[in-house]
Amino acid sequence: MIAIAYGWPDVLVFATAALLIVVGALGVIATRHPVHAALSLIMTLFGVAVAFVAQSADFLAAVEIIVYAGAIVVLFLFVIMFLGVDRDEGTRIEPLVGQRTLAALGAVITVAGLITLMARSHWVTGATSVSTAGVPLAHGSGNVRQLGTAVFTTYLFAFEATAALLIIAVVGAVVLARREQRRDAEDEATSSPSDAPTDLEGSER
Amino acid sequence: MNSLLATVDPLYNHGVTWAVVLIVVIRVVAAFAVLMGSVIIMIWFERKAISDMQSRIGPQRWGPFGLLQTLADGAKLFFKEDLIPAGANRLVFKLAPYLVLIPALITFAIVPVGGTLHIAGHPVLLQVANPPVGILLMLAMSGISVYGVMLAGWASGSKYPLMSSVRASAQMISYEAALGMTIVTIILVTGSLSTHDIVISQGQGIWHWNLIRLGIVPFVVFIIAITAELNRPPFDVVEADSELVGGFHTEYSSLRFALFYLAEFMNTITMSAMMVTLFLGGPAGWVPNVAHLRWLFPIAWFVVKTVGFAFAYVWFRAALPRFRYDQVMDLGWKRLIPLSLGWMIVVAGFLVAPAWGFAMAAVVLVAWILLTRAFELGYTRERGVDSPLPVVGERPLPGEVLRAITDREAQ
Repeated sequence: MIAIAYGWPDVLVFATAALLIVVGALGVIATRHPVHAALSLIMTLFGVAVAFVAQSADFLAAVEIIVYAGAIVVLFLFVIMFLGVDRDEGTRIEPLVGQRTLAALGAVITVAGLITLMARSHWVTGATSVSTAGVPLAHGSGNVRQLGTAVFTTYLFAFEATAALLIIAVVGAVVLARREQRRDAEDEATSSPSDAPTDLEGSER
Repeated sequence: MNSLLATVDPLYNHGVTWAVVLIVVIRVVAAFAVLMGSVIIMIWFERKAISDMQSRIGPQRWGPFGLLQTLADGAKLFFKEDLIPAGANRLVFKLAPYLVLIPALITFAIVPVGGTLHIAGHPVLLQVANPPVGILLMLAMSGISVYGVMLAGWASGSKYPLMSSVRASAQMISYEAALGMTIVTIILVTGSLSTHDIVISQGQGIWHWNLIRLGIVPFVVFIIAITAELNRPPFDVVEADSELVGGFHTEYSSLRFALFYLAEFMNTITMSAMMVTLFLGGPAGWVPNVAHLRWLFPIAWFVVKTVGFAFAYVWFRAALPRFRYDQVMDLGWKRLIPLSLGWMIVVAGFLVAPAWGFAMAAVVLVAWILLTRAFELGYTRERGVDSPLPVVGERPLPGEVLRAITDREAQ
């Protein structure tokens, strides 16, 4: 029935993308090894990119690979390797008490919200109807123009707010990192290292 | 602009016929064969040119002028024992060479080698694919090849490869930003992402080449950033043999090592071709009016330009000493990224109106002065005004300062 509505090639592409996404996502939470989990995440991102291409959103697909697979997960791996946490982790101990209960609660709320959205409106965007105000959806290179126009006119405030947020996050991270260093230097100078507060500092980060 | 967009890849038009599929298959096979053949020649060329510059003879035993040396090396690598270290992560260790090789192969697919041919009524672009995302595919693939290098070093379960992979990830991410911003200036001028359109828009003569049209700066930034992305000398801190044994592929042997070697040279050729495409008009050049052979000249121009850049890479390797790791980071973050960002803003301004262009140039100038002052303040704050250690990279070097102090104490 699905094949009648969309044609076999589309269904095949969707099935491949969905398989990549779901298997990758399960791999992220099921593998015990942090590096393998990161690799599964890359697989999910590739699946999402394939799904974007199938929807004629070529530009988004490229950006997905460049930004998420090409930069963000590389940074994850960088941190994993640099901090030397690249070994199997025991999942029996719960480091933050109550974390799992809260996570389960959050998952239930999210799924309930999604189901409500699907039942009441368009299930991806939450909009009750989709209209492009008479403009046909762009294919290929038109993607960039359409996205650019939307981001720099209709959604300019959200765009600029995101930019400001990212800058604040970067500056905050730099300030925190440098403060730590200075305190270390002072500790060395007075040569009275105390083990108790280091634990707290670690969790703050 | 519409005429440009009309020549989209036939794969993206709906209604694919067997003829189209056949043409695509032929293009893929041809591109693969050309790339493999040029890798063999490139390896020979690099060894021969380097030996000339170092007053050696270089390969000479196999074939005329040692041309078959690469094949002999390949056969040797093929029959060597394939080792996996005991501490290695086996799955990732086996996966990593392919993560380097496959992006190297895919990137070549978007390089326009010549003009448009007409075979049996089908317009055939002389490039494997002309996807709408075009040049972004190159950025995506260079993003993926980072994983190959990184995971190879990590999965070896050995110290030096791990250091190399940490260096590789930091270096390639840093230079990707500068690379991306120079590509944005090209996209701004072209108005399209597709490599085919980029080449066509430079086709009206040498003054329309992006090299001159954008000012020389983006080209210089691009060639530096792409050399760093390739991990070629002088940016080969990743496989610095004097510090890290062999870098990320220290523990690799036999065919897996051959794959890394292959990918490295493939990338060198592809990036030379990419520079020709982006800045030198690709296959653009003088075409004499010869019947039935007009299509051959663009390809010849393309090959000549690409060989020029391939030689430049060999020359870099012979002439320039390797950067220190902190110098690599310094050049990437503090010089190339601000420079390419500023230049992009100025180019965007001039595209709107000359007045805007000059206004943007003034803004960039003010920003540049502020940034220089900020770097200066940062250095003095970090090191103290009367620190005996000078700013990184300036003479006297830290070693020389220490030497002077010990000499003074010895007297």
